[in-house]
Amino acid sequence: MPPLLEVRAIRKRFPGVIALDGVSLQADAGEVVAIIGENGAGKSTLMKILAGIYVPDEGELWMDGRPVQFRDVNDAMQAGISLIHQELNLVENLSVAANLFLGRERTVGGALRWLDRTAMRRQALALLERVGLPAPLVDVEVGRLAPGQKQLVEIARALSLQTRVLIMDEPTSSLTQRETDRLYEVIDSLRSASVTVLYISHRLAEVKRCADRVVALRDGKNAGGLSKAEIDHDAMVRLMVGRELKQYYPRSERVPRAGFPALEIRDLCYEGGPKQPINFSVRAGEIVGMAGLVGAGRTELAEAIFGIRRITQGEVRVAGKAVRIRSPQQAMAAGILLVPEDRRHHGLVLQASVGFNLSLPNLPRLSRFRLVQRAKESAVGEELRRRLRIKTPSLRQTVGLLSGGNQQKVVFGKWLARQPTVLILDEPTRGVDVGAKSEIYALMDQLAGEGVGIWMISSDMEEVLGMSDRVAVLHEGHLTGELQRAELNEEAIMRLATGGSK
Amino acid sequence: MSDSDYAPRWWSNLGSVAGVVGLLLLLYLTLYLTDPENAFSKRNLKDVFSRQGYYAVLTLGVAVLIITGGIDLSIGSVVGLSAVGFGLMLREGCHPYLALPIVLAGGVIIGLFHGLLVTQLQLQPFLVTLCGMFAYRGIARWLTETPVGLTDVTRIQPSFQSALETLRLFLIGKNATGYLEFPMQMVVALVLALLIGIVVHGSVYGRYWYAIGYNEQAARYAGIATKQQRLWVYVLCSFLASLGGLLLFLDRGTADPTNAGESQELYAITGAVLGGCSLRGGVGVVPGMVLGAMVLPLLENLVNFAQIKSAVIPLVIGLTLLVGTIADEQFQRSRRKT
Ligand SMILES: Nc1ncnc2c1ncn2[C@@H]1O[C@H](COP(=O)(O)OP(=O)(O)OP(=O)(O)O)[C@@H](O)[C@H]1O
Ligand SMILES: [Mg+2]
Repeated sequence: MPPLLEVRAIRKRFPGVIALDGVSLQADAGEVVAIIGENGAGKSTLMKILAGIYVPDEGELWMDGRPVQFRDVNDAMQAGISLIHQELNLVENLSVAANLFLGRERTVGGALRWLDRTAMRRQALALLERVGLPAPLVDVEVGRLAPGQKQLVEIARALSLQTRVLIMDEPTSSLTQRETDRLYEVIDSLRSASVTVLYISHRLAEVKRCADRVVALRDGKNAGGLSKAEIDHDAMVRLMVGRELKQYYPRSERVPRAGFPALEIRDLCYEGGPKQPINFSVRAGEIVGMAGLVGAGRTELAEAIFGIRRITQGEVRVAGKAVRIRSPQQAMAAGILLVPEDRRHHGLVLQASVGFNLSLPNLPRLSRFRLVQRAKESAVGEELRRRLRIKTPSLRQTVGLLSGGNQQKVVFGKWLARQPTVLILDEPTRGVDVGAKSEIYALMDQLAGEGVGIWMISSDMEEVLGMSDRVAVLHEGHLTGELQRAELNEEAIMRLATGGSK
Repeated sequence: MSDSDYAPRWWSNLGSVAGVVGLLLLLYLTLYLTDPENAFSKRNLKDVFSRQGYYAVLTLGVAVLIITGGIDLSIGSVVGLSAVGFGLMLREGCHPYLALPIVLAGGVIIGLFHGLLVTQLQLQPFLVTLCGMFAYRGIARWLTETPVGLTDVTRIQPSFQSALETLRLFLIGKNATGYLEFPMQMVVALVLALLIGIVVHGSVYGRYWYAIGYNEQAARYAGIATKQQRLWVYVLCSFLASLGGLLLFLDRGTADPTNAGESQELYAITGAVLGGCSLRGGVGVVPGMVLGAMVLPLLENLVNFAQIKSAVIPLVIGLTLLVGTIADEQFQRSRRKT
């Protein structure tokens, strides 16, 4: 029997970049194939071609042993292929239910096409249940959801289509362990319904857990594959990077500094937060991981400290001094920096260039008499690009055209030119490949070694376990406990994250 | 923008600027063909140039505002109020060299008012300035029901004559008899364009304005005082509108509270859009703003010479804007494809 889906020698170029250079791929019905590769390897581009978003320059697509051509997304959907994007695509001011049926609204009354709200709501509830989202969310505006919840809505939407091939581009990058487990269950049920799943992820433990087969891309070319039995961390890294990668979580001998903590939060309440005040601190030279479920209020707390959300009560101290924070400028002046979670809305000016974004927060130091010194600006930009290995044809490239992981590197890089007292990282390695991840970890290690207090919010359990000196766990906005390095393990964190005690 | 540089430079976005240059050349050519003798006379061209300069002053302000994602519908009324206010102050015996800065300060205050309402109370710019449009017109009509003229002023305050003649010569280029010697308003516009261009294309503030126009949230997270920046741009816009009011009064020699500056905000916005600014924010270069502002006065002049009824002018303007927008959209799309 011919494979359900076959890709033959696909080529796709963009101005200045060859994204795909003769890539082939096969997948059978009911197979879960993981696509791995470094940032910018061409994974998303390949998936977008399958979903009819891009038309390949060369090469063929076959389904059920017949060549097919997709001129647009509709063609691909007709053929039963649907894609869950790496970057979310929901209408923020519509409710969850409305988003689930956007463009395919159920109607009654024939040509009148009245919206059949009850039917849609009923079906929406069933879909939410399948992905493990609480039922009351069905009427909530999507804009009010946490990124992880939005991701689950996207997945629910794809499930509602008659899909034969479901493509998920980094579906778990903003999910925590629990939601991810839920997703595995969804994938297992799809597999038994003989839906083919193509799955992109940079979290290799996940790939090992759920893939039947691995296909690796490197620089737009096939870089080999692994069968179920061969899948392990090192083998995957070798395929992607083309070399061994040692010391994934670098740890120099760090000792948190004595004296005042870099950041101390006393009896703090903030707008939209829980009633119960929060106490929390980060010592200089320490990396504190903050774990919790999606929607636990970690991002909100960080935003309050960075002056985005209004603080209603309590005190913030930086290096022992009480500071008043009512805007990001004041937070930055006090020595607090935040690398935000939502790169499309908060982290980047997508339509502007890579260089523009890298220098945006640093302009006062790249200028003289308030005039931007372009030479200095490019020098700093080039330096950051090299240090983070940002894959882009030039600093003038529009940042929105970079691959997801490379965009994340730009978000991170914006702040590297500074020397903060406290660095808050909200999902710092979301969508970043293994090589660059270990690079970012090395940078964090180095900064902590220099005495910066690092507060790392992360949904990636491996990362939390690997990098943290101490872990604070949040549940519904309040701190349920702290674990020292010696007590760290997955079960303990999960217990606290679900509201249990140590 | 960014495929040409980090941030838009003077010469970025050449595509849409080339479009407006082509349009201007076409219009000048048509003007020439219509009536080589009179329409293409030095006198008429100077006249047109002068009006183009005037509109460029108004356009520069609103165009920068549009880059930051804002809009100002009150420009025409601010022009009217400033012109009337200036005339009245002179008539009541306030010296021109004192009345001039007072009027400009009034523009600054109006801008601050708009900016504070938009940034602090988070009202929509469209609404705030729409209210302004009615309110300032109302104030002007409340101050006087009849037009104020330069001849009245010099009759009542003969001592102001020489100062007013100097101002008129330097800002408008008209001599004592009212003959246009040189289109000084264009010079005024170019000097302003140079200064604003240096800020927009060279300074950190220009960067902030583009960033705010594209994605205000990202700018805020990058530690930019977005509210303060937006406030300054509102001030700039109203300041230039009040300068426009002064120019209008000095040029025409009279200001009618009911229609001085009327609907000129739309001319200014049209100029900005023809010059390549996007109402979505984040896009636009300073040379484009000046070139865009030059289109409508030329078009009006052409319609007059072609002996078409001047009543068709709004229709012609509407069509030009529509065609220009479609052409630009097509151009952008074709560029994105390659
Ligand atoms: N629309 C586009 N225009 C220009 N270049 C593009 C465009 N889309 C992708 N690219 C480039 O093509 C290359 C492959 O991008 P792609 O998004 O497929 O990478 P990826 O493997 O998904 O990476 P990541 O793991 O970071 O998501 C990158 O160098 C990217 O910059
Ligand atoms: Mg990708």
